[in-house]
Amino acid sequence: MNLPALPLLQQLVVLLAALVLFLSFVLLAQSRLVSAIHAFAWQGALVAAVTAVVALSGEVHHLYFSAGLTLILKALVIPAMLHRQVRGLALERHTEALQRPTLAIIAAVGLVIFSSWLVLPMVAEELAFTRNILAISLAVVLIGFLMMVVRQQAVAQVLGFMSIENGLFLAAVSATGGMPLIVELGVAFDVLVAMVLFGVFFFQIRESIDSLDVDRLNRLSETAEMAGEERP
Amino acid sequence: MAEILTPSAWLLAFVQALLFPALAPLLVGWVRKVKARLQNRRGASVFQPYRELRKLLFKEARVAHTASPLFRAAPSVVFVATWLAAATVPLLTIDLPTAVVADIIVLAGLLALARVFLALAGMDVGTAFGGMGASREMMISALAEPAMLMAVFTLAMTAHSTNLGSLIAHHLGDAFVLRPSYLFAFAGLTLVALAETGRIPVDNPTTHLELTMVHEAMVLEYSGRHLALMEWAAQIKLLLYGVLVANIFFPWGIATDPAPASLAIGLGAILLKLAVLGAALAVAETVLAKMRLFRVPAFLNLALLLALLGLLSHVILEVGA
Repeated sequence: MNLPALPLLQQLVVLLAALVLFLSFVLLAQSRLVSAIHAFAWQGALVAAVTAVVALSGEVHHLYFSAGLTLILKALVIPAMLHRQVRGLALERHTEALQRPTLAIIAAVGLVIFSSWLVLPMVAEELAFTRNILAISLAVVLIGFLMMVVRQQAVAQVLGFMSIENGLFLAAVSATGGMPLIVELGVAFDVLVAMVLFGVFFFQIRESIDSLDVDRLNRLSETAEMAGEERP
Repeated sequence: MAEILTPSAWLLAFVQALLFPALAPLLVGWVRKVKARLQNRRGASVFQPYRELRKLLFKEARVAHTASPLFRAAPSVVFVATWLAAATVPLLTIDLPTAVVADIIVLAGLLALARVFLALAGMDVGTAFGGMGASREMMISALAEPAMLMAVFTLAMTAHSTNLGSLIAHHLGDAFVLRPSYLFAFAGLTLVALAETGRIPVDNPTTHLELTMVHEAMVLEYSGRHLALMEWAAQIKLLLYGVLVANIFFPWGIATDPAPASLAIGLGAILLKLAVLGAALAVAETVLAKMRLFRVPAFLNLALLLALLGLLSHVILEVGA
């Protein structure tokens, strides 16, 4: 893909997609929960902006609807819900540093290179202008997985899950000009319902192990007090 | 590019090289003035750094008994190396013989030479603060250098040249292109510039609090004309990074031919860009707090990550398979 040959709007799509990838890195390395939620909200807003610009440059009108839906759900409603839950669990000041932050970042960079290598045959076909964004979206998905693996905090893992959804949506928009509207509505409401369920689970985990650190689920214990004794 | 190695081009390069030390204190004065206004103070005149330099130049230089000849030589070496590095940066025009003979890797090398002598001079007298400042400076620069080179390579890959003049010419010749790699490289290089010039999130240029000082600790033993040269070199370095960022990422207005009219436009453009950049620096220094020394590696890791993402986004998004 030769960038200067593209029209300005499509260059803007590429730029926004690169920023989505950057926010994935921010999410991965952010130790404050509240800041991570804000980063997630910005990522959702950027995905919505990508959708809107694709709709504008390709004149695909139903994508405006998806862009609005993404903006409302991913940038406003879900972050607000997460914010409320974090406040309900009194975790506003909670920080959770990664065990080896540099290693996690290097692994994420490796995933970006891997996904760019993976989509090379597809890019070679030059099917559409945004093929290379497929590599970016794949990287966002893989970094979301990585985040769910390396984080111990349940809320942070949910953020990783939600950013996987952002990556999938970006891939759908850039590769095929968006999913059919009915599929998109279904997915959007599934994500919303998942968010509600996560909220219930947060309180359940908190009730049973007195913490949201899911590593502690590995330990078998009858009562919460026994788990509390072994605390470092 | 051999045709620009003419006597008049060399004269132009010489004038431009003289402009760097002449303008550097003005930029520092401007940043201090804007900062003072933001803090509801009136602040000293923008020409105050010139008066300080003149005062120091006419004062007697005292040297410790334990100092070696290196201690006396270091200010001159630091000043000349920084000045030479600055002379390779296009300020008014891109047709520079100095930019042809020395590319950006030479620039990084000259700055490294100045830094090595600064750190050696800091350790030379054998006071506790000097050694502490030198070790801190080395830690910061060891982390900043890879980030800077990575950001520069990102730009060089777009222009297929590490030469600053042709890099800017390539950027000017293109139509307006939104490049994600330039955005990331800009952010990365700005963070590196803040760390390397010792501005506020990393080092405070005005502090004398021993817990936090880096640059101040190394020049603590200097006085008189030695101190003047050290301070002047630091000011030139700030101007150098400012011009680098301004002219690489916002090259509009820089002269592409040696006609007097376009040179005047180039001077006006760079002064305007530096005024904006200095004001932005003053705002950033007002709203940010200085971070702990052990947070600096995380800050520079971010710069390296940004530069790396710039490189990757250039490879993935901007060049065809």
